[in-house]
Amino acid sequence: MSGSTGRRSTLPGFGLTMGLTLTWLSVIILIPLAGLFLKTLELSPDQFWDILSSRRTLNALKISFGLAFAAALVNLVMGTVIVWALVRYRFPGRRIFDAIVDIPFALPTAVAGIALTSLFAQKGWLGAPLAELGIKVAFTPTGIFIAMIFIGIPFVVRTVQPVLIDLDVEIEEAAASLGASRLNTVFRVILPSLIPALLTGFALAFARAVGEYGSVIFIAGNLPNVSEIAPLLIVIRLSEFRYADATAIAVVMLVASFLIIFAVNRIQRWAQMRIPAH
Amino acid sequence: MNGIWTKGNFRVAIEVKNIVKRFGAFAALDGVDLKAANGELLALLGPSGSGKTTLLRIIAGLDWPDAGEVSFDGENALAHGAGERHVGFVFQHYALFRHMTVFENVAFGLRVQPRAIRKDETGIRRRVKELLDLVQLDWLADRYPSQLSGGQRQRIALARALAIEPRILLLDEPFGALDAKVRKELRQWLRSLHQEINVTSIFVTHDQEEALEVANRVVVMDKGRIEQIGTPGDVYDNPATAFVHSFIGESIVLPVEVCDGCVRLGGRALNIAANGLASGPSKLFVRRHDMQVGPAGSGALEGAVRHVRTFGPIQRAEVALSGGESVIEIDAPRDRELKAGDIVGLQPRRYRIFAATE
Repeated sequence: MSGSTGRRSTLPGFGLTMGLTLTWLSVIILIPLAGLFLKTLELSPDQFWDILSSRRTLNALKISFGLAFAAALVNLVMGTVIVWALVRYRFPGRRIFDAIVDIPFALPTAVAGIALTSLFAQKGWLGAPLAELGIKVAFTPTGIFIAMIFIGIPFVVRTVQPVLIDLDVEIEEAAASLGASRLNTVFRVILPSLIPALLTGFALAFARAVGEYGSVIFIAGNLPNVSEIAPLLIVIRLSEFRYADATAIAVVMLVASFLIIFAVNRIQRWAQMRIPAH
Repeated sequence: MNGIWTKGNFRVAIEVKNIVKRFGAFAALDGVDLKAANGELLALLGPSGSGKTTLLRIIAGLDWPDAGEVSFDGENALAHGAGERHVGFVFQHYALFRHMTVFENVAFGLRVQPRAIRKDETGIRRRVKELLDLVQLDWLADRYPSQLSGGQRQRIALARALAIEPRILLLDEPFGALDAKVRKELRQWLRSLHQEINVTSIFVTHDQEEALEVANRVVVMDKGRIEQIGTPGDVYDNPATAFVHSFIGESIVLPVEVCDGCVRLGGRALNIAANGLASGPSKLFVRRHDMQVGPAGSGALEGAVRHVRTFGPIQRAEVALSGGESVIEIDAPRDRELKAGDIVGLQPRRYRIFAATE
């Protein structure tokens, strides 16, 4: 008897919500992922290894992860600058710029891909002047890089923005009254306070770029070993009915993505322990 | 000086002349003059919206006045930004750097100094240690601000402000966010700290008890103007305006009519002098304990006791004045016998009358 009263919670509904959460996550995420792993079991370890160590697979993975990482870095820097301008200054059209940031979220990725391709094609508005400089963007890895920057930018802006808005102006005043220059205030006080949000934004932009398919394939050129991203290789294998091959690549992408997100999560928790979100 | 100031005497006199600051149509400061002698501990006291924090921020260089002058030892302070004024500022909510340890917070002002005068790492460590010892929190050096109590954060904020050897120390509601017990402790601590380091200091408060207990002099402000500057005893005993009288200490306020030197309450002449006040509607201010209680007919006022409570050395009686609707509370000594229903005579021992136009 005493046990049942002891178990009574001040917040009822735990059983129901927990049950729904587990069921939902299982149906939507866990079961499909388990299916993915099961499918790869059709392959022997040797076959699995052969698929992964083939030159084409390795190159596709390298292109996807390498370019996604570089694009996320660019987004981290540029996103922070954009957030700073949007939050700290009042200028005509600020709300419009603020809305423009969301366009990569809202635009169908194929539309974005076609738009970027025609813009950067050799006769496009930006492609033509760049071609004169000898820089070729469309149908090269550079094109992939640009598409990945395009789809990643809102992630950094939207995660850092609320944190910067909440950052107390008194902190900057305190730094100024202690004699810190503006540069010192930005690099010693403001940016370190934003680190958890910056890391989250970076991780989200990176994860999105790794998995991006629609906007990339139009501009990429899709040359095996040169400008072929891993998601495209999966689609190619599927169209060849080599399902096990496709899932093997998918599993590697999944594990790698998971490891990266997990690592960023750890860094974030470490940072948050020091800077509790108020 | 306890080795806290390395560069000799940093005490500075502050002078503020005719400062005006507007936020849109609202005049936050409307012609303020103020002088603080060096080594003084001054309180800016007033209700919220009286402009006291704005004045403090202007002195610190965090806000700029629309008109007027600020000088430190005769030197124009407005020619310099906040960072060049060498002013220690303690914020109401401390504004500690959350991503830095207590040690790094205190060291911040030393680390950002120009290379030419910056101390080396050993010098910085020694100085931070001194400051943490001064605020008695050296054992918290490796903690983060989120791990400290409110009172500890307050003292770290103070140590951080003192690290740059400020010529002036400014504190905005230094005890505002703390609970009552910690407030009392910190008040005494701040006063003794000021005695020790003796840097010219100004603090802002809306708590009169705090101002009267801690400061050498109190500046009472209302609606962007200074109402009175004086010692704590002065502003309590000789309030210069009706506002000061009602804001500091508890007062009995009665609406009276002054006519040719006599004072009337509800048509009845009171046996007190108008002290040269011009005729017209006025207000009579008396401290509760300055109202002498006697037998019926013995004083300028008369009333019926409605209710008596005793606490500590006094008893507080609620008296309904006859010939009017006023009900007042008076403090009488315990040895005076009072009970509900008594008719008593009341004579103000000390009182002030101010014209009611304000």
